[in-house]
Amino acid sequence: MTHIPGLLDTEAIRKDFPILDRVVHDGKKLVYLDNAATSQKPRQVLDVLAEYYERHNANVHRGVHVLAEEATALYEGARDKIAAFVNAPSRDEVIFTKNASESLNLVANMLGLADEPYRVDHDTEIVITEMEHHSNIVPWQLLAQRTGAKLKWFGLTDDGRLDLSNIEEIITEKTKVVSFVLVSNILGTVNPVEAIVRRAQEVGALVVIDASQAAPHMPLDVQSLQADFVAFTGHKMCGPDGIGVLWGRQELLEDLPPFLGGGEMIETVSMHSSTYAPAPHKFEAGTPPIAQAVGLGAAVDYLTSIGMEKIARHEHAITQYAIQRLQEVPGLKLIGPTTAEDRGAAISFTLGDIHPHDVGQVLDEQGIAVRVGHHCARPVCLRYGIPATTRASFYLYSTPGEVDALVEGLEHVRNFFG
Amino acid sequence: MYQDVILDHYKHPHGRGLRPGDAEVHHVNPTCGDEITLRVRLSGETIEDVSYEGQGCSISQASASVLNELLVGKELGDARRIQETFLELMQSKGRIEPDDAMEEVLEDAVAFAGVSKYPARVKCALLSWMAWKDATAQALGESTDETARKSA
Repeated sequence: MTHIPGLLDTEAIRKDFPILDRVVHDGKKLVYLDNAATSQKPRQVLDVLAEYYERHNANVHRGVHVLAEEATALYEGARDKIAAFVNAPSRDEVIFTKNASESLNLVANMLGLADEPYRVDHDTEIVITEMEHHSNIVPWQLLAQRTGAKLKWFGLTDDGRLDLSNIEEIITEKTKVVSFVLVSNILGTVNPVEAIVRRAQEVGALVVIDASQAAPHMPLDVQSLQADFVAFTGHKMCGPDGIGVLWGRQELLEDLPPFLGGGEMIETVSMHSSTYAPAPHKFEAGTPPIAQAVGLGAAVDYLTSIGMEKIARHEHAITQYAIQRLQEVPGLKLIGPTTAEDRGAAISFTLGDIHPHDVGQVLDEQGIAVRVGHHCARPVCLRYGIPATTRASFYLYSTPGEVDALVEGLEHVRNFFG
Repeated sequence: MYQDVILDHYKHPHGRGLRPGDAEVHHVNPTCGDEITLRVRLSGETIEDVSYEGQGCSISQASASVLNELLVGKELGDARRIQETFLELMQSKGRIEPDDAMEEVLEDAVAFAGVSKYPARVKCALLSWMAWKDATAQALGESTDETARKSA
């Protein structure tokens, strides 16, 4: 095999992920290429989860006993870790949710309930893009339906990038909020944040960034993004499921109203009215996902110990190699940018007339796990006139050998249905 | 899972294309984007035609072809029995090994027995059969809550 510069020591890294040793379907070595759906979890995270439940389990912010204090310290310690991981100016800007969808729904609901100047109502406009995950489309559709606000979006170019040629007509003085994905989960496109943020700031619109496919794969700095809100999820970045993050600028979190009410988010409660705790607790009603937050903290430690710059470089190298090899497969068409520039490690494609479900099933028989379907981004499939795609997505433990296995697997698929 | 019978029906589908019918339905499998538009034409109790157009995986397309081959020309009562038997087989999670009696009812459709082991694919196999049931109910003027289902 040719030497590819920029790769991590995957042999060492893969030892941290017990599941990668699995064999499936009578002795086939697992080739896990569904990382955009969820990542695998390293031993370091699994151990922390087990230890939390075995030694520290208690509810947070309530008891005075030793376990409650330990659980609270671990939970709040995880918040510190996440804040550092995304370079948040303050730990109080990190809200724990259950996933990125909940984070985005939380923002949409806050803005629907807010007073001026944030309030989204019938005279205002919301801007998204055609490459959003359903989780960054439907909450805004719901908000638009409830408030009468107009929902607008950026279209896509033929090569899988945002069409910003009409940015001044899309983002206008009426725009209250612009919400877009940093890295597309279906196309792999890395979007030009600066151009969009600059225009949004010109008209005084808030900027929400869905970083679900960015946070696991590249350094994420909420200050340099200059967004107002950034959402991501834990399970795609080596953490457990059931934990997501919403980062928001402190002054906004102070001004905006709570969405869910309950324990933990209050200051005082009487039968007539309540006052609320300061952020982030104002937005964390009820018992939070404690072990999951602690697990995400461990995941962030793990990723940081390897280095996000190095992970990004590794994935860039793998993506470059995968794009080159996949284009050798007859009948294969990439859906998304055809170079590794400004591109993440999720690679969608079609293979002649063979339906992605059939591609995925025959790959699975060979132990290769990919995702097939519309990837919760159906408008992208409609835009390119295809029912679905097959998607291979890579992570820090992915190897060039796995790319080769995929290419061989696709040859087998072609022979099978040819 | 991919029996030769299934691949044959996929590559050479029976009765594909839309022809006049008494009712038309459009069904979607939202998890994977399989789609079918299906029409039923009845003459009294006899199924004169089941025509369809769709896109999707080999399982969903082959299943529609098998449906056309099995049901056209049948009396409604017999057709319903076939549909119910196929549904039972597909919901069996691989636990039913089709016997001779079942094979006599289902003919080529027994080839889908292996699909029932794959929960993600059962819906693909059932798509056209659910569409047929829905279209038949509409053609008979029965109310149905499954009309015009939209993708999620």
